[in-house]
Amino acid sequence: MNWADLRWLVPELVLSAAAVLLLVADLFTPAERKRWLGWFAVASVVPAAASAVILLGDLQALRSPGVRIFSDTYTLDAFAVYFKLVALGAVALVSLVSLEYFPGRTPHLGEVFALLLFAGVGLLLMASASDLILLLLSIEFVSLSSYLLAGFLKRDPKSNEAGVKYFLYGAATTGVMAYGFSLLYGLTGSTSLYDIGPRLGQAGPAVYLAVGMALAGFGFKVSMVPFHQWTPDVYEGAPTPITAFLSVGPKAAGFAALVRTLSVGIPLEQVNWPLLLAALSALTMTVGNLLALVQRNLKRMLAYSSIAHAGYVLMALAAWRSPWALQGLLYYLLAYLFMNLGAFFVAMVAADATGSDEIPDHAGLSQRAPWVAAAMAVFMLSLTGIPPTAGFFGKFYLFAAAVDAGLLWLAALAVANSVVSLYYYVGVLRALYLMPPATPGPLPVPAGLRAGLLVALVGTLAAGLYPQPVVLFVETARRLLTG
Amino acid sequence: MPILTITLFLPLLGALVVLFLPREDADRIRRVTLGFALATFVASLLILPRFEYGRREIQLIEQAAWIPAVGIQYKVGVDGLSLVLVLLTTLLTVLSVLYSFREHHRVKEYNLLFLLLETGMLGVFFALDFFLFYVFWELTLVPMYFLIGIWGGPRREYAAIKFFLYTLVGSLAMLLGILLLYFHLPAGQRTFDVLEILRQRPLAGTGLLAQLAFWGFFLSFAIKVPMWPFHTWLPDAHVEAPTAGSVILAAILLKLGTYGFVRFSLPLFPEVFHQHALLVAGLAVVGVIYGALVAMAQTDLKKLVAYSSVNHMGYVMLAVAAAAYAYGRPELADAAATALNGATMEMLAHGIITGALFLVVGVIYDDRTHTRGVEDFGGLWAVLPKYGAVSITAMFASLGLPGLMGFVAEFLIFVGSFSIIPVFTALAALGVVITAAFFLWTIQRIFLGPTNPRWAHLPDLDRREMWTLVPLVVLMVVFGVYPKPLLDIINLTSSQLVAMLR
Repeated sequence: MNWADLRWLVPELVLSAAAVLLLVADLFTPAERKRWLGWFAVASVVPAAASAVILLGDLQALRSPGVRIFSDTYTLDAFAVYFKLVALGAVALVSLVSLEYFPGRTPHLGEVFALLLFAGVGLLLMASASDLILLLLSIEFVSLSSYLLAGFLKRDPKSNEAGVKYFLYGAATTGVMAYGFSLLYGLTGSTSLYDIGPRLGQAGPAVYLAVGMALAGFGFKVSMVPFHQWTPDVYEGAPTPITAFLSVGPKAAGFAALVRTLSVGIPLEQVNWPLLLAALSALTMTVGNLLALVQRNLKRMLAYSSIAHAGYVLMALAAWRSPWALQGLLYYLLAYLFMNLGAFFVAMVAADATGSDEIPDHAGLSQRAPWVAAAMAVFMLSLTGIPPTAGFFGKFYLFAAAVDAGLLWLAALAVANSVVSLYYYVGVLRALYLMPPATPGPLPVPAGLRAGLLVALVGTLAAGLYPQPVVLFVETARRLLTG
Repeated sequence: MPILTITLFLPLLGALVVLFLPREDADRIRRVTLGFALATFVASLLILPRFEYGRREIQLIEQAAWIPAVGIQYKVGVDGLSLVLVLLTTLLTVLSVLYSFREHHRVKEYNLLFLLLETGMLGVFFALDFFLFYVFWELTLVPMYFLIGIWGGPRREYAAIKFFLYTLVGSLAMLLGILLLYFHLPAGQRTFDVLEILRQRPLAGTGLLAQLAFWGFFLSFAIKVPMWPFHTWLPDAHVEAPTAGSVILAAILLKLGTYGFVRFSLPLFPEVFHQHALLVAGLAVVGVIYGALVAMAQTDLKKLVAYSSVNHMGYVMLAVAAAAYAYGRPELADAAATALNGATMEMLAHGIITGALFLVVGVIYDDRTHTRGVEDFGGLWAVLPKYGAVSITAMFASLGLPGLMGFVAEFLIFVGSFSIIPVFTALAALGVVITAAFFLWTIQRIFLGPTNPRWAHLPDLDRREMWTLVPLVVLMVVFGVYPKPLLDIINLTSSQLVAMLR
């Protein structure tokens, strides 16, 4: 092992150090000062993100598509940096709003933030893992932190249920995935994705079985049908900031790992995985949307909507032959970060006011908190894919990829699904704007939430109105990953 | 001076200003909104002296890079077709805002949405990049959803979501069509530039794909127009929308559909459109007759006007289908140009006349009688002489009385279409008879006969109402008697299109 290679791990090291420090500091922080730990968590994301950006600059200076270190187990390229930044954004924003959510609900404030940072470390590793073992470990790292966070409110039975359910589903799918990985190892004699690809040889039933089983693990992380059943219960039961985190952080990292595994490890010529994913994409978006239609609980609705969005993103893998596919996937996950986090933040504001997550109970929010309601309108329209929002440009990108790859049927199905989704997203706006408030009077919004909402809102609008910088970035990332 | 860009974004700027005004100060919000609407109207008038009347191509182009990485740019321009529709939009927005001074419920949001809507509509007419076009196309949906949903009638929520869902289906189908066009440009030259795509017609000769793209665009525009049988959202939306919303919906939003047919479907897919022209003409004729018959059966005045829109938009589509059918037959080029002139003229005429009709309904319903039942009135002209004169003029204009604007448009449509698709045209002429019948019958029931004592003491039009209605009536008469200046502008585009379709 070359110690100099450690410099490529600076973002992970910074975040790990911060998490450990936070745990220690927690012991010596009096209860009334615990909020400082949250600010520390938010602040620690900044050097991590900055170092990731600097590493990207180093890569460009080396004119290298990416560096592989530790016997090819770990790859740092523009693709990985992109996902690291998305993951860090999620950690920072969720920590910010957790500052307002957890005090008063749990005395163990320090642990929330430490776990968030640890989950963040796992996400950073997932984006770079290019070896089956590291992949498995990093996914488990994220999962274990997430199980704890989902069940963190131990006096709340729903939170408990969420934690346990998440754990059981996660454990089972990880087992299946590990078995699939072991098959891949058995077939090729290597755990490195870079070796598996060339050695896979002629595809037999064993290869398909291995790929299928591996998909179970990734499918669990990104809420792909049929591995999605945990999503609504966990989303509903987990503390709302954690739900927000689960919906964007592990999902994005899951896609990163899935993309790297398939594009590097499983040659298209041997296994026609785009076709398989086209079917799964169609299934995922349709099931998610149809079930979202009948939800009255905002968090459950967003859970099914997140399944549907996983379906849209999977379109990119189905349309892999188009250069637009990967770019679309990357762009979409950034857009999704902003709009979905924003939606959950509004859900927090609204639930604080009404003590309920039921959509009709949010009636008249536009009269009580006009800016929050306006932000929610932007998020809902963005999730539907109405311009000029980031969600629209993301869908535009993905539809374009599908059309370019000749998958008109899939694009048409996605269109139909988007129309269906309008109904339930606008259902929220209907409550917010069309229905009168049950109790009048302005609604206070805590500062941390306000800041989180503002970032999500500006991100959703800016990435939609002027996507050019992101487009250039994702184009570079795509070139580097797929050559 | 980038006059198009200024015209386009003035309302948006106004919306931003309104956003930061205190919501309690309703009066200031109204005046600021009116100020911006007027400024936009003036800006759009300033396009006229800059416009070169000898040029048939799109002109006054303003462009800037936007998302060059995927061939998307900000590009706007006007030709005869878009210019007149832009003027219609800015004028009717002013009048709608003025009329809406009486709205007291959530004034800030109302005015803000109106300004947002205006930018959306103007953008559709100005845009010369398909991506930009699509953004504005969708931008019109959101404000209208809220306008219907918050300030509408008793069934507003249903009508609002129905409107949104219907139009979104069409829009997304069109988006796929746009993407098909884009990806059939040669790699390396891919662009969403409308003029470039029109020049290259990337899907020409691709068979099935051209068909799919054509129907994608068709669905979007046909729902918007709306053509029979895609019209079912219209009666709900029109009836439930607040008066000014109905005005904009009828006068401008429906035109987005016919504009799309003329601007895109005709020159992009001439072969495919030609193939299906008779089917489209058939649907148009059904719309004409069905709309007229259903309007006749209405007792709700607002519904009656709504269905008369289905009827009138049918005439426009008849002319467009005729022009499409004339593709490849140079001997019919003149007739096609006449039909297209008629189609555009009818878009304007319907905008002005039906806009006025919805205002007429609003004036009587919103704060005088709170009923729109045709049977509930009688002898109203004697009580309200000014109101009666305005209403009856608008209704006469709508039924196509010579000397008023509607007649010019319908005359051109029938003359042009008859040489190309005589049977359909003859059938459509039947619609004129029915339209005349139901409007005359309506006039008789509302304005003539014995005065209903319930309404004996209604006040006549006040000054603000005069200001909203009289300009429209003047335009109906002026362009009914002397349509030449308008036709000269419109004809630029029609002859250009026909030259492309030869």
